[in-house]
Amino acid sequence: MAATGSTGQMGETGAAPRVLPCGDAGLLVELSGLDEVLALHGALEDRPPAGVVDLVPAARTLLVRFDPLRTGPGEVERAVREAEPVPVQRKSGELVEVPVVYDGPDLADVAEHTGLSEPEVIAEHTATEWTVAFGGFAPGFGYLTGGSGRLDVPRRAESRTRVPTGAVGLAGTFSGVYPRSSPGGWQLIGHTDLAMWDVDRDPPALLRPGVRVRFVDVRGGGS
Amino acid sequence: MTAVEVIATGPLSTVQDLGRPGNAGIGVGVSGAADRGALRSANRIVGNPEDAACVEVTLGGFAARASAPLTIAVTGAPCPVTVDGRAAAPHSVVRVPAGAEFRLGTPGRGLRSYVAVRGGIAVAPVLGSRSTDVLAGLGPEILRPHTVLPVGPPPEEFPVVDSVPVRPLPTDTVSLRVVPGPRDDWFTTDALETLLGERYTVTSECDRVGMRLDGPELPRSGVGELPSEGMMPGALQVPPTGTPTLFLADHPVTGGYPVIAVVLGSDVDKAAQARPGMRLRFTPSRR
Repeated sequence: MAATGSTGQMGETGAAPRVLPCGDAGLLVELSGLDEVLALHGALEDRPPAGVVDLVPAARTLLVRFDPLRTGPGEVERAVREAEPVPVQRKSGELVEVPVVYDGPDLADVAEHTGLSEPEVIAEHTATEWTVAFGGFAPGFGYLTGGSGRLDVPRRAESRTRVPTGAVGLAGTFSGVYPRSSPGGWQLIGHTDLAMWDVDRDPPALLRPGVRVRFVDVRGGGS
Repeated sequence: MTAVEVIATGPLSTVQDLGRPGNAGIGVGVSGAADRGALRSANRIVGNPEDAACVEVTLGGFAARASAPLTIAVTGAPCPVTVDGRAAAPHSVVRVPAGAEFRLGTPGRGLRSYVAVRGGIAVAPVLGSRSTDVLAGLGPEILRPHTVLPVGPPPEEFPVVDSVPVRPLPTDTVSLRVVPGPRDDWFTTDALETLLGERYTVTSECDRVGMRLDGPELPRSGVGELPSEGMMPGALQVPPTGTPTLFLADHPVTGGYPVIAVVLGSDVDKAAQARPGMRLRFTPSRR
């Protein structure tokens, strides 16, 4: 099996992606990074192989779901390997300001894990511009990249059965905002009242891939 | 307009079709009937297109009144069906006169029954589907007494069968075929053998999102964090506690815990009919 984790692009110039089975109706394509994921996603979206019903991009993987009555894993894998990646331009997308009250139940844990003080965690979170890389987890949930790198924390060992709407969290180097109450395992550092998802709004998702996000501390008050 | 007025819902009744594939980019999952085969079958009996919207009834208890003569069929978990108190057969064409009330009793086995109405449930679609996604909070509201469900115009096709034969649902142990992976290499070599050799019990934490299972732990071979990745119905995701969750129709689009194996699509339907307390047995799929 091809090695993974090597840098470079897929295709003739770099390492071939690793393709893993997902039952009888999916293949998980493992790539070297987010840019490669989005490039393959772009290619398969432009020219969807027969029988492919959904594409789920994530940080290092693209899940290709297909109808097993119309195609098979061999054919889908061939289409994936033959796809010409469409390089992504990181567009200067729309900028959304998200007001946050930094009162999350995991703020102290995050501070401890990162070796920062709580005010420093807040300062790090508000200092950089984040970008929505991809969606997932729930409608309107955007995986935000572009943090300083100092806020790199594991998920909670046991996920919460109920995380409130608007909770602002961290996991790995990602940040995100829970668009509605749901179970979740991210470290919660604050909350916002801004609606991330409104099905009567067009488009319903505030945070779509490419949108830039700046978090604003609305209870900072020089503390 | 022909309509159905809900009188009672039992523990949970929702409108479902075959879901809304193709929206993962904005974090919207497929959703749809938990037992897709049963929904298709109900639609075929009444002459609907296979993907027409039906009512998914969890553990019976659904009752409704017809505003006009209706043709219905009940599939999935077999429950006693009555029309104005008179018994009707599941898995067959049932005529409901105007003003009559039809009721689903508690199924003797299985968990989810499907009520197809000729013409389909015609509530407004959201992102191309009439399914209620309970995790995402998308689609029609969960049904309540007094909800009025519009029924679409009858299709051109007429019902061609009076009833369809069905295999009885198991009452104790359900066998599900799995394909190992995609993350079986995150676990000790014994973990996959344990999964395939032992039985796992469905706990009471069991809904349209998935079912938490109880059974021998599946230890990981190392520490580390998996970046969130796409999930599927049938995925056996293993959180750090070591006991798996089996994802069903309303599973999250992505998840951050490794998936040791994925149940075959056709067997996810069987999993969706397993009640709390029942045991699951996972067998390797021959491919």
